[in-house]
Amino acid sequence: MKGILLLLTPMFFIACSNDTKKADVNAADIQVSQEMIAELTAPPLVPTPVGNRKAKKLIVNMEILEEEGEMTNGVKYVYWTFGGSVPGSFIRTRVGDEVEFTLSNHPDNKLPHNIDLHAVTGPGGGATSSFVAPGHEKTFSFKTINPGLYVYHCATAPVGMHIANGMYGLILVEPEGGLPKVDKEYYIMQGDFYTKGENGEPGLQPFDMQKAVDEDADYVVFNGSVNALTGDNAITANVGETVRLFVGNGGPNLTSSFHVIGEIFDNVYVEGGDLLNENVQTTLIPAGGSAIVEFRVDVPGTFILVDHAIFRAFNKGALGMLKVEGEENKTIYSGVKQEGIYHPEGGGIQAMPNGDEPEAVASTTEKSLEEKIESGKQIYMQTCFACHQAEGQGIPNAFPPLANSDYLNADVKRAIGAVVHGLTGEITVNGEKYNSVMTRQSLSDEEVADVLTYVYNSWGNNKTNVTKTQVMEVKSSH
Amino acid sequence: MKTVLRLTICLLIFSMNTANCQSKMVTIKGGTYIPLYGRDSMQVTITDFQMDVYPITNAQYLEFVKKYPKWKRSQVKKLFADDNYLINWKSDTSLGDNQSLNAPITNVSWFAANDYCECQGKRLPTVDEWEYVAMANETMPDARTLETFNEYILGWYEKPKTFNNDIGSTFKNYWNVYDLHGLVWEWTSDFNSVLISGESRKDVDKDSNLFCGSAAVGATDLMNYAAFMRYAIRGSLKAKYSMKNLGFRCVQDINK
Repeated sequence: MKGILLLLTPMFFIACSNDTKKADVNAADIQVSQEMIAELTAPPLVPTPVGNRKAKKLIVNMEILEEEGEMTNGVKYVYWTFGGSVPGSFIRTRVGDEVEFTLSNHPDNKLPHNIDLHAVTGPGGGATSSFVAPGHEKTFSFKTINPGLYVYHCATAPVGMHIANGMYGLILVEPEGGLPKVDKEYYIMQGDFYTKGENGEPGLQPFDMQKAVDEDADYVVFNGSVNALTGDNAITANVGETVRLFVGNGGPNLTSSFHVIGEIFDNVYVEGGDLLNENVQTTLIPAGGSAIVEFRVDVPGTFILVDHAIFRAFNKGALGMLKVEGEENKTIYSGVKQEGIYHPEGGGIQAMPNGDEPEAVASTTEKSLEEKIESGKQIYMQTCFACHQAEGQGIPNAFPPLANSDYLNADVKRAIGAVVHGLTGEITVNGEKYNSVMTRQSLSDEEVADVLTYVYNSWGNNKTNVTKTQVMEVKSSH
Repeated sequence: MKTVLRLTICLLIFSMNTANCQSKMVTIKGGTYIPLYGRDSMQVTITDFQMDVYPITNAQYLEFVKKYPKWKRSQVKKLFADDNYLINWKSDTSLGDNQSLNAPITNVSWFAANDYCECQGKRLPTVDEWEYVAMANETMPDARTLETFNEYILGWYEKPKTFNNDIGSTFKNYWNVYDLHGLVWEWTSDFNSVLISGESRKDVDKDSNLFCGSAAVGATDLMNYAAFMRYAIRGSLKAKYSMKNLGFRCVQDINK
């Protein structure tokens, strides 16, 4: 009986002072009992939630490795890492933990490093005490006083370069009793990279200081590389589950407009702190900052994670995927119900496939190949460029290439069909599997013929001259 | 007194010895220069001196250890060398399997490097001397403003495992000295006089002669970044540290 009373008293106390700064002051007085070795995870995984555990002495052993990795297909980069991954290992603590942090600098490394954890209250966030030469280690300790999601990073001169090479990660300080339970948790961190060669230039790319100073990023990516969260690396959930993303932004320069296409964040812990915002479409994550976002996934499909400064997503790599499996829910999302032609002057909705529009039939003379290619190029830049990219290279794991495409060259009718009807489901292009959605393009028969002729006569394709008649045939055969 | 005695003995032994383990030196003509991120008022004057053409090799250090057993791995005082001292050697007097005789010696402490040079009748270079020679490229005594030169240096900083390359595998500079950039870091006699703390962002406040804050704040060009990294590595060292990427070479004053 007495035991229960004793147990209740501190709970009361905390409940009363919950909303004030006083709670933080008290956190410094929380007693730690046992010792525990911290579980560290590489992204996109996170360690087990703290739940109800008491504050402990938490041993964190972090190793610094400088190693070569792959930025995107064919592009190598020497990453400097905390724990062998970019972002570095996820550290999960609770308020009141006494963290004993050992930073080891691998003997093969060339440079000294240190760590500044934003969760640390003290000079340099630990940087002063953790400055360590290759082949050595330093230990320091700190108490986690403020709950929240914090960035850590290297702060050795030149600081910008250390961060630009991948030296950042997240440390979570959970409140007493832990964060509310959810079904899935993932760790995502955005970073911008500056390489000597332009985006996509193959080979080992050195860091470009001038571009970094100019804030002219070649790559903006989630979890250190273009393909870290796409294709087989996509994060997953099932319909009905609640997903929590711990999202950080290592920078060094760019602020993230984090958005998940086709989802609305039910909850956002703004800037990784206590402030809870609800029903958010896009949340801003500053360089050296974070946010926790939560949402229930109600329908199946692939949801694309982007920095909604959208050229970064489609041209520089800031794109990830969340694949949700489960039952469709037609009330929430119907899919395509009906396709039609829109006449602004009236005439109502007309159903496909009787799309032999009179205007299109009117001009019967076929243009010359050069004219078609020229017109097709303009249409391409307006309609197709965003996904398939300027040189038809596509975006790995998201949008298939049109350049040198075995899929295109094998079957013209199938290609026409994709443009006029749209295309969904898994296809294989040049040996890579793609499972995305291409919407039906609202182009006239002539425009379809022109743009396809342009594509077939560019980037090593088989130079097919697609005619308007072929387009009309495909339309009416469907 | 004891040191003087030791030095004398060293010198005696040395002068009796054949000169073939003595490494080749070249004369560096002194001059005045502004160290990296310095100001006009901070000119440094270097007098003429001689510098080893190459860093000390594994082979040379092996000889040294055989002659001075107190620098054997098993006998070295912990005060003078940490646990990484010659850690990749198979035994006290044999190199590791993957180590080349002609690669620079690394994993030696400052104390060891300092004693090595003393025993050759030489000394370690100062930071100013080292930086003075190292600002030369193949053709110019001061190539610090050249973009390609700085890119070369920064490129090396990112290249892993260069410590096992043979000496002379990088370029010969204006002074006919090899391997100042591109192989290993090198000890200097006054490495720890550079006031860089672990918290490098704070260092911009320090008004020190060697580490000029106001200039560092505006340090956006590559030249300063290359220097930043060298000063950072020196700042992270202690004299007993031994590192896989850190070797040394010796210099000698010219007696006039």
